[in-house]
Amino acid sequence: MTKASRTIAIARKEFLHIIHDPRSLIIIFVMPLMQLILFGYALNMEIQNINLAVIDYSRTPQSSHLIEQFEGSEFFSVFHYNGKHSDIENIFLKREAKIILVIDQDFARNFQRQTKTSIQILVDAADPNAATIIKNYCYGIIANFNLEHGGQISQPFDVEPRIWYNPDMKSAYFFVPGLIALILVMISAMLTSLAITREKETGTLEQILVSPIKPIEIIIGKVFPYIIMAFLDGFLILMMGMILFKVPFAGSHFLLILLSTLYIITALSLGLMISATVETQQVAMMMAISATLLPTVMLSGFIFPIRSMPILLQYVSYIVPAKYFLIIARGILIKGNTFFQLGFQTLALTLMSIILLIRTLRKFSLNLEK
Amino acid sequence: MIEHNKIAVRTNKLTRRFGKFTAVDQVSIEVKQGEIFGFLGANGAGKTTMIRMLCGLLKPSAGDATVSGFDVYKQSENIKKNIGYMSQKFSLYDDLTIQENIEFFGGIYGLTKEQIQSRKKTLLKEVRLTNVEESMTRDLPVGFKQRLALGCALLHDPLILFLDEPTSGVDPEARRSFWDLIYHTAEAGKTIFVTTHFMDEAEYCHRLSIMRDGKLIAVGSPGELRDLYHKSNMQDVFIEIVNGE
Amino acid sequence: MNDIEIINFKKSYGDVNAVNGINLQVKKGELFGLIGPDGAGKTTLMRTICTLLLPDAGSIQVKGMDVTQNIPGIRALLGYMPQRFSLYQDLTVEQNLNFFADLFQVPQSNRESRLQQLFQFSKLEPFKKRAAGDLSGGMKQKLALSCALIHTPEILVLDEPTFGVDPVSRQEFWEILHSIRAEGTTILVSTAYMDEADLCDRVALFFSGQIKAVDTPLALRKNFKFPLYRLQGKNLRQLRDFFDQISGIHTTQTFGDSLHVSFSGKQSESQWQAWQKKTGGNLVSWQVQEPSIEDVFLDLIK
Repeated sequence: MTKASRTIAIARKEFLHIIHDPRSLIIIFVMPLMQLILFGYALNMEIQNINLAVIDYSRTPQSSHLIEQFEGSEFFSVFHYNGKHSDIENIFLKREAKIILVIDQDFARNFQRQTKTSIQILVDAADPNAATIIKNYCYGIIANFNLEHGGQISQPFDVEPRIWYNPDMKSAYFFVPGLIALILVMISAMLTSLAITREKETGTLEQILVSPIKPIEIIIGKVFPYIIMAFLDGFLILMMGMILFKVPFAGSHFLLILLSTLYIITALSLGLMISATVETQQVAMMMAISATLLPTVMLSGFIFPIRSMPILLQYVSYIVPAKYFLIIARGILIKGNTFFQLGFQTLALTLMSIILLIRTLRKFSLNLEK
Repeated sequence: MIEHNKIAVRTNKLTRRFGKFTAVDQVSIEVKQGEIFGFLGANGAGKTTMIRMLCGLLKPSAGDATVSGFDVYKQSENIKKNIGYMSQKFSLYDDLTIQENIEFFGGIYGLTKEQIQSRKKTLLKEVRLTNVEESMTRDLPVGFKQRLALGCALLHDPLILFLDEPTSGVDPEARRSFWDLIYHTAEAGKTIFVTTHFMDEAEYCHRLSIMRDGKLIAVGSPGELRDLYHKSNMQDVFIEIVNGE
Repeated sequence: MNDIEIINFKKSYGDVNAVNGINLQVKKGELFGLIGPDGAGKTTLMRTICTLLLPDAGSIQVKGMDVTQNIPGIRALLGYMPQRFSLYQDLTVEQNLNFFADLFQVPQSNRESRLQQLFQFSKLEPFKKRAAGDLSGGMKQKLALSCALIHTPEILVLDEPTFGVDPVSRQEFWEILHSIRAEGTTILVSTAYMDEADLCDRVALFFSGQIKAVDTPLALRKNFKFPLYRLQGKNLRQLRDFFDQISGIHTTQTFGDSLHVSFSGKQSESQWQAWQKKTGGNLVSWQVQEPSIEDVFLDLIK
């Protein structure tokens, strides 16, 4: 018999465990659906330092004054965009700015004539909660501007925001990719670490270790069933998201599968790393929660925008795999991002996986020495 | 203080059924105050059910039983106040000190602060744990833990003490000194029930009862049972009884 | 050549010396017992023999192979049943056996006949579709043993296999061990139950990381140098107090309805009669008591 047969033996046994425990099976498949429905509710958020791109066709003291108002606010960091108007979309795709302010040529003229003048504000609403808040900040600043010039202007200008990518601002758009990120990391990291530490606790791992098996065979055999479960679950959430909340699928199916696999491998490596370090299910559970569940919910941009976090936490967010997957999933599903637009995220996840796997394989010894 | 021949526990045709299955079948025993009485039997022979009925945790289906004069049907609350229990796993908190363990168990038995303080002193002396009461339980040798567990079971001064495989896995020296402590406790008037799988533990009991399929097959001192079955040790007696029809 | 050769083996965890320099030889085909209480170091020694731990000092050789050098070689010929080994509770008897057969790469062609052999002694065939968790304690032990035997190992290492099992199943388990030994398998078994020592060919008495004695159980008991007597009395407490005062007394121990006393030398019949008088008839009878392994052990750890 070949090495593959031992790996298959482990994987088959692991599947039997999963099938024999209908309760966990229900949790694995029902919990995400419950969350999907729960996360339909919007959450309150504070946002700071949003990149704002200004395209000023007016170039008048009046328009500069309006821009100063935005610059003076703590919410925005303003820069002037000098590219072609037709390339505006790229600002969002490359995530250079969340909001674009377009001031028309006749802004000053209309303003002086005290006729109704208009500006254009474009908001990236791939993140609808943030978009709503950004929109309201804009209203506030513009209202102030009107008030200050109130003596001169009898008629304040009107704002008609146009929202791109997610015109209906449905929260589910925003939450579905986040939920996929959460469920994949939980199943991959939490369940695998529990599955291995359980064998440590019951003493069965000791029995497996004295067989002629190699660490890589145990690891692959152990994680394979959970990869399948993770995929099934991710697929389930996506399908439900598309049916219930009309989540679009703008990008490539193949790309999403490919990059999800990468993310699952990162999460599995994390889970294996945990199980190679701890001895009991209880500790594994706590470590898995602090290493996967909490950062994914709190620090990935899933619920709270990373930009509005304290600077330290923003740095911490760089080691949260879900942060990258979230950008990937939102990018592919909602914006139709291509592989090259997601190059940085792909690279980050790949690096994390390699580091974690090397550490795990070193730690996962075939004996009981610490 | 000890009234010899005073009956501590008496059962008369005590029976417990679970559906069609009869776990304990018309068992009649009498156990005297100050006696160390062993319950032996294979798994599922009815020992656990028997003990649970005597502790007031399970109502009998038929028959009578009194524990320290209290009726198991009507006075189970009184019975619970008068029994102590020590399991083979010594349910102690490893991350508390000896003192803290005693205070905790005193608290759950509803003893007042003053009662706990005075009981603690006498008990620590009795189980020979004075001068180490500040030690963390997890750092104690097994023999010490065992004595602490016994101390905790005796905190509320129960009349009857149940021991479940109290000395399995400990070294012979610790076992012997533990049993000396048990003999001492029995001489002070406590009645002690021991359930065990291990015949070397059974040898320490004054009298043994051996159950099979819910029925009481034999009762007697270890010596009497050896003579009765013409065997040189309890292990062989036990095998004979459990395998015999 | 000995099947297991242990020379000056040492192993510690932090400041705790689990095993403190032991020498031991296990011969081919013998049933060897490691007897000692919990925490004596039995598990540490067994895990090291099974290549799961590395020695701090000294060496252990299994069939001439060093446990630090030829790990795959040793694992291939060893069967190991870890302490409190509980199998996969949710898998059936058959699934458990097949899993370990896959793991140890038992060829499909031999598998059916091997399973039949194992079922023959374990009598588990009628239960093969039952989940391991639903088996009785004795059946679980037998299944665990079968899993350790699935690849027909030359040496079997069992760490407290009879822990928590009722006496009848324990006896049956030892009978199975004897039949495996009869087929030529070397067996190293550990136990905290002193009375199981008598069921081994040779035993090592293990206490706080050291071996106190190695011999056949019979020789160990024969060499016990304190004549032991079993006494019956009307009041054992008073009788024990009386003998505690006698000069030349070695130990006194109450055992239920009798008292065991041992002396530095043999006592004459007239001496006993004198004691009977002196206790006012409290001493009823006396007879020579065969020392148990526990008596021997107790003496060695003093």
